[in-house]
Amino acid sequence: MGSVDEAVRLHNAVVLLGSFPALAEASLVVKKGQIVLISGANGAGKTTLLRLCAGLVPLARGEASVLGFNLATQRKEAQAHVGMLGHANGLYLDLTAQENLKFWGAVVGASSREIALSAQRMGLHERLLNTPVAKMSAGQRRRTALAILVIRRASLWLLDEPHAGLDASGRDEIDNILREAASAGATVIVASHELERAGALATRRIEVVGGAIVERGAQ
Amino acid sequence: MTQNSISTMSVARAIATKDLRIEWRSKVLVNQVLPFAGIVMVLFAFALDNDGILQRVAPGLVWLAVLFSSLIIVQRTFAIESADNALDAIKVAGVSSAGVFLGKSVALAVQLLLFECVLVMLSLVLYQVQLSWGGAVLLVTVSVLANVGIATMGALYGGLGAAAKGRETLLPLLLLPAVAPVLIAATRATESAFGVSGATLGEGWPWVALLAVFGALFGFGGTLAFGVLTEE
Repeated sequence: MGSVDEAVRLHNAVVLLGSFPALAEASLVVKKGQIVLISGANGAGKTTLLRLCAGLVPLARGEASVLGFNLATQRKEAQAHVGMLGHANGLYLDLTAQENLKFWGAVVGASSREIALSAQRMGLHERLLNTPVAKMSAGQRRRTALAILVIRRASLWLLDEPHAGLDASGRDEIDNILREAASAGATVIVASHELERAGALATRRIEVVGGAIVERGAQ
Repeated sequence: MTQNSISTMSVARAIATKDLRIEWRSKVLVNQVLPFAGIVMVLFAFALDNDGILQRVAPGLVWLAVLFSSLIIVQRTFAIESADNALDAIKVAGVSSAGVFLGKSVALAVQLLLFECVLVMLSLVLYQVQLSWGGAVLLVTVSVLANVGIATMGALYGGLGAAAKGRETLLPLLLLPAVAPVLIAATRATESAFGVSGATLGEGWPWVALLAVFGALFGFGGTLAFGVLTEE
């Protein structure tokens, strides 16, 4: 299903949230190495599109494959290569940033060096690393979540409003990391309302309108 | 190294360590669950204000208190996953679901074991039951095996209900009937350990064997079913 240079292929994909079609016969092909910006109004289906690509919502009808894995039958295999940062950060609030990083390092097989490098990269200095996540600001939590995403070494990065809550340097750092990931062969799909910033980063833009995907061209 | 090469046991160890660390830091077990169980035990003593009756029903009261309190512990262990949507992050990371199940089960079993130690001591004082050395050995064995059953079923149904609406009410509805066999076997074996209701020490060990069978079945079944049941 799909060719080897495709990261995502959707054909008439339908995702139902209850009885509501959050994605309605959506079709999309994303080539490996692309940085795709998804725009669209609130409730248009951007997050559902990302969650479908992450294998977090079932496909009701149509076809969907990610990195060559059919999402209907090989969801787990696909997920091993996908990293997602949604609205929530996926952190344990009672643990420190360092403990969160170590936990994720243990379950995904990252070395101590990789963990230290990603923490340094996201500006998590020693004092911050030893702070419980519950006491961190929104931006600091976002940085910690991004550091975890970096140690995942995913082939497909799915990000939902990645710049939210970050200061200017944090936003720049994210953009640099995403560009580097794409140049190293990863595919990046970003859903964002911040079209100016995310648009400068993207190599292609699509819009989700009422659950359908509309091409907005290359950047 | 890819994520697929991370063994189930490594994932289980990481999950169990993380859960126990969070519990150690938040102290929910000590500050909330233990006082709740203590109050339940004291209320039982007030309600059945008769030493003879209390001693006879003490094993059942201990295990009922364990069971009701285990609902709070199980809900707590999955609440930490849903607080910042870490459960989704674990799913997307393609982490071994068997490892997650085993890790959660181990962490629950450790917490339940510590919790039961306190409850048994409380029952010795409140209900004035006697415990011989032989009875103590039987009781420790019962506690360990009953914990395996409660912890594995708790991890399975806790995971199943974690993403569901109304999970606070769903969990007791799912878990209590499933662990009823454990409650019965553990209560009968504890009667033998306490030497109440005319039960002898020897009569307790067949119930221990039954608990071992339940634990093995629940553990094996849960390891296979957890990923499928929690996927959606």
